Amino acid sequence: MDQFMPLWEVFIRTRNGLAHRHVGSLHAADAEMALQAARDVYTRRGEGVSIWVVPSAAITASDPAETEMMFEPTGSKIYRHPTFYKIPDEVGHM
Amino acid sequence: MYTQALNVVTEKLGDSEAEQRFLERIDAEERIEPNDWMPEAYRRLLIRQISQHAHSEVVGMLPEGNWITRAPSLRRKAALLAKVQDEGGHGLYLYAAAETLGISREEMVEQLLSGRAKYSSIFNYPTLTWADIGAIGWLVDGAAIMNQIPLCRCSYGPYARAMIRICREESFHQRQGYEIMLTLARGTPEQKAMAQDALNRWWWPVLMMFGPPDHASQHSEASMRWKVKRFSNDTLRQKFIDATVPQAQFLGLTIPDPELRFNAETGHWETGPIDWEEFHRVLAGYGPCNKERLAARRKAHEEGAWVREAALAYAAKQKQRITQQAA
Ligand SMILES: [Fe+2]
Ligand SMILES: [Fe+2]
Repeated sequence: MDQFMPLWEVFIRTRNGLAHRHVGSLHAADAEMALQAARDVYTRRGEGVSIWVVPSAAITASDPAETEMMFEPTGSKIYRHPTFYKIPDEVGHM
Repeated sequence: MYTQALNVVTEKLGDSEAEQRFLERIDAEERIEPNDWMPEAYRRLLIRQISQHAHSEVVGMLPEGNWITRAPSLRRKAALLAKVQDEGGHGLYLYAAAETLGISREEMVEQLLSGRAKYSSIFNYPTLTWADIGAIGWLVDGAAIMNQIPLCRCSYGPYARAMIRICREESFHQRQGYEIMLTLARGTPEQKAMAQDALNRWWWPVLMMFGPPDHASQHSEASMRWKVKRFSNDTLRQKFIDATVPQAQFLGLTIPDPELRFNAETGHWETGPIDWEEFHRVLAGYGPCNKERLAARRKAHEEGAWVREAALAYAAKQKQRITQQAA
């Protein structure tokens, strides 16, 4: 079998002013080739104005088994939302 | 282009607690992501289906690539080149989706090249004339779209997302094919005959793309339960036939089926019997082009080996240089 080709994650800024978004992944020997391949594969129809490629191995992800522990606590913190605070109608939009 | 119902699932659905939770998530239309718990049989089914689908995209480039240098005009050549390039991209999206399930790209390529993996039977038929390029776009990509649209809602997140990208690109494929057919059908008598000949040769193999009839496919139960598959083979095939017959009529071409008739009661077009023996023969490796297709893939892989090796060697050297400079 072949030698393993490193895996890269591809992020694309679709339009000026927007954030880069993950669109997929690809294999390439180095960053330069990853960028070239990303352009060929993920922006064939003007899908982007900027590309990031990141080695997949460099990403640290949260553990799905710990989803509850990670994200549940914010569920009860409703005072973090603007609607928690009562402002009389007379004050107008705030 | 395309995924075919070739998957054999023999595993019984288990009833462990984890599996119960998994099924509840499926029922709630939640998407399953790579690191989530999933039954081993679900993982195996997906690896098989997605990798077969990826192989089909890649092998599917061969019959059409055959006509790039002989396209009748620059417009047609540019369109065909773009389409074939898209199919290569589809292969990549799908291999990447399969890799999230724990199989490497290298392993999948190995499976294809060694002949162990299957790919869609349709790509084992030859492209004899330019009209075949029209017929493939119109019919093969048309059938692929019919099959792939429900897969955009597949329960496995990475597969569903890959399908959304792919479906967005497929519609151009079908339209450029139909345009070729339309041009030929309205051209000289010879051109029209060429279009008819292509339809004659592609019609039945395209109907087979949807996989064996429901009564003979005992394997789709788990796939349906897990919401990988949403419609049965026969349902999708019927949808395709109903959509395609009027398109053939508009072209002024005849579907090569003397038994084809419209059932006013059901509102469906009914076809004569499909030759399933042919389907199984082609799938087993005895179609007109099976050997040629695999040989072409192997040749490309072998002749590209030095490029992959050189790229990796260059990358290693660059890395070494940076480390040395830092030291
Ligand atoms: Fe296509
Ligand atoms: Fe495709």
